[in-house]
Amino acid sequence: MSRAEADVATGTDAGAGAPAAGAGPAAETPGTPEGSGTPTASRTARALWSLGLFRGELRIVFRRWRTAALLGVLAAIPVLVGIAVKFQTRGDRQGAGDGPAFIADVTNNGLFLVFTSLAVTLPFFLPMAVGVVAGDSVAGEANAGTLRYLLVAPAGRTRLLLTKYATVLVFCGVATLVVALAALATGAALFPFGDVTLISGQTVSLGDGLLRALAIAGVVAVSLVGIAALGLFVSTLTDSAIAAMATTVGVLLTVQILGAVPQLHAVQPYLFPHYWMSFADLLRAPAIGSAIARNAGLQALYAAVFVSAAWARLTTRDVTA
Amino acid sequence: MARNESPRPEGDFGGYADFGDVDGEARARRRRALTRYAVPVAVAAVAATTIGLGTALASTGSGPSLPHLTARQLLDKMAASDTSTLSGSVRVSTDLGLPSGLSGGLLGGVAGGASGSAAGSSDPFGGSSGSGASGSSPSASSGSSSAADPAAKLTELLSGTHTLQVAADGPDRQRLSIVDDTSQYTVIHDGTQMWAYDSGANSVYHATEPAHPAGTAHADKPPAGVPTTPQAAVDQLLKAAGPTTSMTVDGTARVAGRSAYELLVRPKQADSTIDSVRVAVDSATGTPLAFTLTPKGGGKAAVDIAYTRVNFGKPSASDFTFTVPKGAKVTQGKQDQHGEHPGGPGGAAGSGAVGSGAAKLPGGASGPELTGTGWTTIAELKAPSGAGLKSGQGGQSGQGSQGGSAQGPAGVEGLLGTLGHHVSGRFGSGTVISTRLVNVLVTDKGAVYAGAVTQEALVEAANAAAG
Repeated sequence: MSRAEADVATGTDAGAGAPAAGAGPAAETPGTPEGSGTPTASRTARALWSLGLFRGELRIVFRRWRTAALLGVLAAIPVLVGIAVKFQTRGDRQGAGDGPAFIADVTNNGLFLVFTSLAVTLPFFLPMAVGVVAGDSVAGEANAGTLRYLLVAPAGRTRLLLTKYATVLVFCGVATLVVALAALATGAALFPFGDVTLISGQTVSLGDGLLRALAIAGVVAVSLVGIAALGLFVSTLTDSAIAAMATTVGVLLTVQILGAVPQLHAVQPYLFPHYWMSFADLLRAPAIGSAIARNAGLQALYAAVFVSAAWARLTTRDVTA
Repeated sequence: MARNESPRPEGDFGGYADFGDVDGEARARRRRALTRYAVPVAVAAVAATTIGLGTALASTGSGPSLPHLTARQLLDKMAASDTSTLSGSVRVSTDLGLPSGLSGGLLGGVAGGASGSAAGSSDPFGGSSGSGASGSSPSASSGSSSAADPAAKLTELLSGTHTLQVAADGPDRQRLSIVDDTSQYTVIHDGTQMWAYDSGANSVYHATEPAHPAGTAHADKPPAGVPTTPQAAVDQLLKAAGPTTSMTVDGTARVAGRSAYELLVRPKQADSTIDSVRVAVDSATGTPLAFTLTPKGGGKAAVDIAYTRVNFGKPSASDFTFTVPKGAKVTQGKQDQHGEHPGGPGGAAGSGAVGSGAAKLPGGASGPELTGTGWTTIAELKAPSGAGLKSGQGGQSGQGSQGGSAQGPAGVEGLLGTLGHHVSGRFGSGTVISTRLVNVLVTDKGAVYAGAVTQEALVEAANAAAG
């Protein structure tokens, strides 16, 4: 358990002795040696400390073999899809229109493997990976008994939570990029590259297509913001990392099933995966932005609700582990 | 550090109970917890109220205040409308209550037969089991080999909710897209060129029309497909209007951010299955912006077409150009096809689903005979060969009008038996297939009567024909 924070966490034992000390407002009053001095200096110090905390978190998350395994699985999916398309499609387009989105276009243009892979991974693989990392974020610390050491540090619980969330968000972006880049590499290796045919029928240059692919990766990453916040909240509820991950993934599966039941169409626009496939709108000309904007708004709403719920939980919780 | 207590139960809300010795502190903590939990609850509540208020205002809020118009003045305004350039998004919801086995196979045949499209060679009944399945999930694309054929594709609009994008620049240039989650079906009409592109199958359909004077082209076009814009639907409606119709201006509404008059149209004839038709007419341009058709049976609208975004500016010329994408499979359509205009706002698409009731039948080679007037027009099709419903689909295959009837009438009757119920009268006996809007009577002698009328009216018409 060689935690970077454990070295930094050398303040007073605020976690158990005075439960209020770690709370948001309490963090405003510098009560530790390094917090003393002029307000400006303390703010700078706190910002630096936050940055250090954030970097430490990133290092911990991305050095874990578990994270590496998750990213490895995500990177393997485009390779598998690419190889399957390469060796199974023999010219005939029988059954085109079935299967994952854009898969019919992959043989013409390897860039479409990026879109296919994102369409394949977005419903389950990507959010599951995010759910694992988010569910582990706070509960993992509690599980390992390191949470209280983090909380005695002068940063305070609010900042710790935001740092954790920022780390999960970085993971959302990295996971999406891993899928996209693996797909790009596989597509370039197995299929021809060239001008891109949009789904509305126009043909644009490869550069334009790559820009659109990048924008689509961004939209996909933003789509994961909601499940990340949900996982963070679940993670603050329990001391068992496994339980938090399982609950987050379970919620994801449940919501995806609810989204597939036609009788529930009235509530479906409020489920966080509802607009996930809106990224395909970036492949139309003239572009349609409304669904992408609605997706972003819905994700922001989920993030606001669940991060504030996680904050309410963590800052008032009695941390014993 | 030792734990405060041995195994802490999972889900213990913060373990406040552990602090029994410091009662006041525990209470203060609980109070603070409640205050903090109020934050996410408040965020969720504010969002819910905003969304709820938004939809409530949109649906029940009173429309904008506009100068009063009579129905006649509003109709004149619509007739005088010179909107020729337009672009926007249209939401089409249809719930015709079709028997699921029919929605794909038969209607595909109907539209195909009516429009005389020659591209489809798929067997209508061989395909009907598959399309029955796709009837419940409208976004599933049909497995037919001519996936990009507009006539077949537009029938998808006959069930479920779809988003369309339309653009028009005069009568010669239109563009229509059916927008699906990850695919798009686009029809572009530019002068004599007609292109259709199906991104899901990466296939292209191309047809060339002989040049004809603009304006007259659409006048005598046989009804085909579904109305894809409010304008097309209203054209059908006005055709059906007459002494049998009452029209009133019923308030105002906001459609796609524009203020509009609501025209309420009700058939006076009791036999009609249509309760009312509501048309929202843009107050500035006289362009219909929304069209809602409610059947007598109640429930939600059978057809609901409305712009969600509309712009009366001239669309960019590049919207109407098409180059065949690399790797796409191109199907050439036969020349001289009338039914393949995209449903541009100029009224290019006729109505097979609403309005006159005359468009419901399999078109066939001979064409239906119309009886009755106005809303209760009944189309009658005498099928000499006993092929019954087949005659409509016969027209679909370009090879010959009876090309599809190889399976024989036995299969047809078996299918009819599962879809409809038996009736009898002076004409003999037959089967009635009912939907929310249209009833179809197929007599055992092979004649077909159809219309947006009650079953009794159909039987009466059959009796009258029998003499």
